[in-house]
Amino acid sequence: MKTKRLLLGDEAFALGAINAGLSGAYAYPGTPSTEIMEFVQSDPVAQERGVHSHWSSNEKTAMEEALGMSFCGKRTFTSMKHVGLNVAADPFVNSAMTGANGGFIVVAADDPGMHSSQNEQDSRFYADFAMIPALEPSDQQEAYDMAAYGFEMSEKYRIPVLLRFVTRLSHSRSVVETDSVPSEENANSYPENRSQWVLMPAMSRIRNRRLIADHEEFVKSSDSSPFNRYEDGGDHRLGIVASGIAYNYLQEIFGGKVPFTVVKISQYPLPVNMIRRLYDSCESVLVLEEGQPYIESRLRGILDVGKKIYGRLSGDVVRDGELTPDHVRDTLANIAPVNSGIESPLCRKVSEKVVCRPPALCQGCSHRDVYKALNEALESYTDPKVFGDIGCYTLGFLKPYCAIDTCVDMGASITMAKGAADAGQHPAVAVIGDSTFTHSGMTGLLDAVNENSPVTVIISDNLTTGMTGGQDSQGTGKIEDICLGLGVDPRHLRTIDALPKNHEEMVRLFREEIDHQGVSVIVSRRECIQTARRNASLNKR
Amino acid sequence: MKTDIILAGVGGQGILTIATILGASALKENLYLKQSEVHGMSQRGGDVQSNLRISSSPIYSDLIPAGGADIIVSLEPMEALRYVPFLSESGWIVTNTSPFVNIDNYPDVEGLEKELDEWGNIVAFDMDAVARGLMSPRSSNMVLLGAASPFIEMRQEEIEGSIESLFRKKGDKTVDMNMAAFRAGRRHTEDLLESR
Repeated sequence: MKTKRLLLGDEAFALGAINAGLSGAYAYPGTPSTEIMEFVQSDPVAQERGVHSHWSSNEKTAMEEALGMSFCGKRTFTSMKHVGLNVAADPFVNSAMTGANGGFIVVAADDPGMHSSQNEQDSRFYADFAMIPALEPSDQQEAYDMAAYGFEMSEKYRIPVLLRFVTRLSHSRSVVETDSVPSEENANSYPENRSQWVLMPAMSRIRNRRLIADHEEFVKSSDSSPFNRYEDGGDHRLGIVASGIAYNYLQEIFGGKVPFTVVKISQYPLPVNMIRRLYDSCESVLVLEEGQPYIESRLRGILDVGKKIYGRLSGDVVRDGELTPDHVRDTLANIAPVNSGIESPLCRKVSEKVVCRPPALCQGCSHRDVYKALNEALESYTDPKVFGDIGCYTLGFLKPYCAIDTCVDMGASITMAKGAADAGQHPAVAVIGDSTFTHSGMTGLLDAVNENSPVTVIISDNLTTGMTGGQDSQGTGKIEDICLGLGVDPRHLRTIDALPKNHEEMVRLFREEIDHQGVSVIVSRRECIQTARRNASLNKR
Repeated sequence: MKTDIILAGVGGQGILTIATILGASALKENLYLKQSEVHGMSQRGGDVQSNLRISSSPIYSDLIPAGGADIIVSLEPMEALRYVPFLSESGWIVTNTSPFVNIDNYPDVEGLEKELDEWGNIVAFDMDAVARGLMSPRSSNMVLLGAASPFIEMRQEEIEGSIESLFRKKGDKTVDMNMAAFRAGRRHTEDLLESR
């Protein structure tokens, strides 16, 4: 029995996993992956079964927790945004060496176009060098189906499977046919080969050879995958390799009837035989892929000999940013053989009256009060530098505050402030949120404490993970204790309610601690205005 | 049938509620649907849009190609104009005329209204005022949904049923207020189309 449901790509995968016997989900919030975990947290079957769905402190802890569950034979996934995979890269790459026991899917949600991210990295490269097979759904139905398929594949080959989302699929809804009856969870079982899970050099060398040998099997699996297809449209002047969501844009442009030969790719490593067949039968090749030119660079190689290959690297497809049906149409209008019926439409121009409307901190947000006070406190110093971090408060870079000098990655505020202080910078101020602090700020603070570096760390604690929509923050109620435990001098661990009425006191406190020649931590605390409103309306009901 | 809609507004205005209601209606009518939306940073007061595609045959792309949209449905006048390259030649704009000013360089409102007036296929009125008149100031988005509904090939009862189910848990009063807002918006467009 099938039930039709309207689901985001993220939700479709989560439901697919639950229906395939998921026992635990592990994640740290990050756009565009957040809704995967949120779906598990709200799903009645998952709740009734007690499927693990508590947020983890960061992506590395999440990945390792999931690997532990897989070790015990259970089906599990970990989900994160693409840059989260950097944080979890160590366990990810090494999980290829241990292999999986219970089905293990690693979901990485890429953000081409950088809707809400600091770079455009493409997770397919990670799967490649870790020698882990990857799946790339082209639509919501595949996102659902690939959960069960991915678990089966993971258990068949005893290997973690990467599932790559892109923003446009993560955050797009469609009707999905779902199973009405969820499968049972796996019983506990332990890996057959004990030594494979102890990555000492002697053991790893044996395993590495096996992993290399398995690669052939993964390629065979890709060549016969239900998600990869060879479609002969009849016209062999052009062959098109289209992966993931790019396949849909191609179909859109031709109204579902592509006249050329197409290889649709949604499973990696690349299906070598399908691609060779396309290359042999066509005069030239166009590669359409969302994200970085992963497939194209492999097809082209550095020698670039043989038939003409069009793609992002050749300049025939837009080199960066999110792919759209319009890009695909423009490329085809330029390169397709004559009489292909591709025309770019006449479009109206945007009026000059339309101006940019950048995002901003909410009215009533406590980060506003922090930046206002900090700017005033820093007025009396020459060349103060403020090292920012990842979260809503990154918006403090924009007008009216223009308050931060850097934003790099989770936790980099504290460590960069320390490095700057080592270089003689003063004031060196770090601004970090509570959730980012427990994600990756704590270890950096320990470095600063160990050298008593003259840095001022402001933990702007709004009691939630705000930017992603208000998920539980793992440090709530523990921030001061964590700082004390790391060795921060109690006389220089200060707390203040970040309220407009405390402005003068906040300015004074910031100045005092900036003047202290050692580590200071100021916890400025007030609940996120969004979660406060939401909680108030829930309480009213 | 096929209706490609661009929903536009400013983060936090409530365009995703419109998408949720139309999505639920499409599911009940057994139609195909794709609805792409924006989460994350831009939801904090930036410009937001959602591509909503409803069709009786399969839909390939989650994004509407340029020049392909049947309607732009906007809660904010400047935001309506941001997406005109996506509008088809015969497409309509349905927009609230009450500006949401959260930036220093917001264009002069009179000039903006003049530009909207020059569009042939347009339904533009102050939906905030209509919502306030109904003592339901937060229902501008339902006025907008109502005003756009005559352009969407979907039965009115089906859309109203989805409004009812979405607001049911908030009580009868909330359902009634949103329904009244929807109907007021719908009437406005019907009257306009009749007088043309």
